[in-house]
Amino acid sequence: MDNESTYSGYSYKSSHSRVSRKHRRDRNRSKSRDSSVRGDKSVTIQAPGEPLLDAESTRGDDRDDNWGETTTVVTGTSVDSVSNEDLTRVSKDLDESLPLECRRYLAPALGGALGLLSLLTPLAFLALPPLLWREQLEPCGTPCEGLYISLAFKLLILLMSTWALFLRPPRATLPRFFVFRCLLLALVFLFVASYWLFYGVRVLEPKEADYRGIVGYAASLVDALLFIQYLALVLLEVRQLQPAFGLKVVRTTDGASRFYNVGHLSIQRAAVWLLDQYYTDFPVYNPALLNLPKSILTKKMSAFKVYTLGEENNTNNSTGQSRAMIAAAARRRDNSHNEYYYEEAEVERRVRKRKARLVVAVEEAFTHIKRHQDDESTTSSPKHPREVMDPREAAQAIFAPMARAMQKYLRATRQQSYHSMESIINHLQFCVTHNMTPKAFLERYLGPGPTLQYLDNSRGRQWTLVSEEPVTASLRQGQVFSLKRMDFSLVVTVTALPFLRLGEEFVDPKSHKFVMKLQSETSV
Amino acid sequence: MSFIPGQPVTAVVERVEIKKLFQGGNLILGFSIGGGIDQDPGQNPYSEDKSDKGIYVTRISPGGPADEAGLKMGDKIMQVNGWDMTMVTHDQARKKLTKKNESVVRLLVTRRSLEDAVKQSKGGYAQQ
Repeated sequence: MDNESTYSGYSYKSSHSRVSRKHRRDRNRSKSRDSSVRGDKSVTIQAPGEPLLDAESTRGDDRDDNWGETTTVVTGTSVDSVSNEDLTRVSKDLDESLPLECRRYLAPALGGALGLLSLLTPLAFLALPPLLWREQLEPCGTPCEGLYISLAFKLLILLMSTWALFLRPPRATLPRFFVFRCLLLALVFLFVASYWLFYGVRVLEPKEADYRGIVGYAASLVDALLFIQYLALVLLEVRQLQPAFGLKVVRTTDGASRFYNVGHLSIQRAAVWLLDQYYTDFPVYNPALLNLPKSILTKKMSAFKVYTLGEENNTNNSTGQSRAMIAAAARRRDNSHNEYYYEEAEVERRVRKRKARLVVAVEEAFTHIKRHQDDESTTSSPKHPREVMDPREAAQAIFAPMARAMQKYLRATRQQSYHSMESIINHLQFCVTHNMTPKAFLERYLGPGPTLQYLDNSRGRQWTLVSEEPVTASLRQGQVFSLKRMDFSLVVTVTALPFLRLGEEFVDPKSHKFVMKLQSETSV
Repeated sequence: MSFIPGQPVTAVVERVEIKKLFQGGNLILGFSIGGGIDQDPGQNPYSEDKSDKGIYVTRISPGGPADEAGLKMGDKIMQVNGWDMTMVTHDQARKKLTKKNESVVRLLVTRRSLEDAVKQSKGGYAQQ
């Protein structure tokens, strides 16, 4: 086995050893997955063990390029080394779903500490003078009582709103700081610190005797904190509610797209909001549905192959020859769209036939059971006692006749990886319990549901935000950013919503009048 | 020529017999009709009562069979070959006039001058 790092680009491609090179390369590939690490740090996984023809046809020249550039990574020749296959598999598992880690509680913890400090401060302001110099204090009458009550009430409100705004653990960790929240925490800290400073200088040092003034001081701190809470409410929750931008989201692999309206947000917050909508609106990404039927592509590519063997790389290519090749290829290409059309029609027909069989099978299966009413027990004949089943058993009983039709249908629509037999029986049990009709049972399988349906919630999801501008920048007209996952990404384009000038026109209800306009004249 | 709904219509009519002329592959009569129960009676320039939905002659082609038979513009057609024309749609009237197997149509038409003439003669009678 020669050392592959000597290969570089096209220079090694010679016409005679094409077949042997294919064999060699595929053998290597089966040992080690070709992992190309590109500049933007995305890892592409290529499935192993594909048939020879497929490997060439669907990704022919692409793979050649990368293979030439990145063979320094491929070291699958020795048995001892950890092949890239293992590495990529491990990283894929890691990337796919994260255990919920402790980092997401850091920000709330900080907020909580600061909140506690700011809540205890007024109480400390009130409590310290009596503790330290009780004798010198002037007693303070009913105005103080009123201030105490209002202080208590405001502190209660502050407590609740601090919990609501800052302390709840966020559902997403953002790549950079959440600017507004940090700003607000800094503001609170500043306030409290400056109040303490003044308190220390003006009250503690000279042992101020005017207790009413001290209570008023504490009350003003609480008022200021309340206003900061109000500011926080507006910045964090209210500002983004009024729609200002339209976001168009397109999934790169199959073109599924949606439009959404958002308000003024930073890119990272908009990304989080968008992903929430993604999980419920977009149909689940099914990689099996994407490839053109192989029969069409191979025919097309094999035609190419016959003519481009070695010619492409040869620099002293005669232009006439290449033109003839292109013309021949163009002529040959004329038929493939025809074949594609017929192939698609055929696939659709097959899917519809299987769907019909499935629907009939399910309907028949559902007629085998019915809900057992408690008062019927006396009327059932003693010769054929009907055995009473719980939903799970009922589901298992009627699953058998429809299992085959269901499996064939799922295979035809390539959904078989999303629905295991166990999950189908669970769903059947669920439908039977809730008195659903066969159609309601089938709605889950007849169309690709939203991605949320197929998630298990115990693990988090890792997304990468790719953007040319810093992600804490506000949304603006014309920005483009994308959210990447392992095998696909969502490209988001931002457009500003148009300014609407609404005019008014008054229509008098009595002005709706009609005349017959038929007035024909016929010559006889 | 006003009518009271529910009461029989009386009018002084003139009998006009028109022979169809074969011209251009069709049998034509040489005039145009307007009106009908599905048309707007207010736009009829020839009727006295603007709620009259009868069939009126709107145009006579000069030298045609209708002109020679004595049909005048503004005549209201009451009957065609025995078919009533006072309560028909425009299309029904057209069909009754353009039957291919009839070469002659006999119309009963009425016009204001007829009424006046009769009134005059009656009044003159009374005077005499």
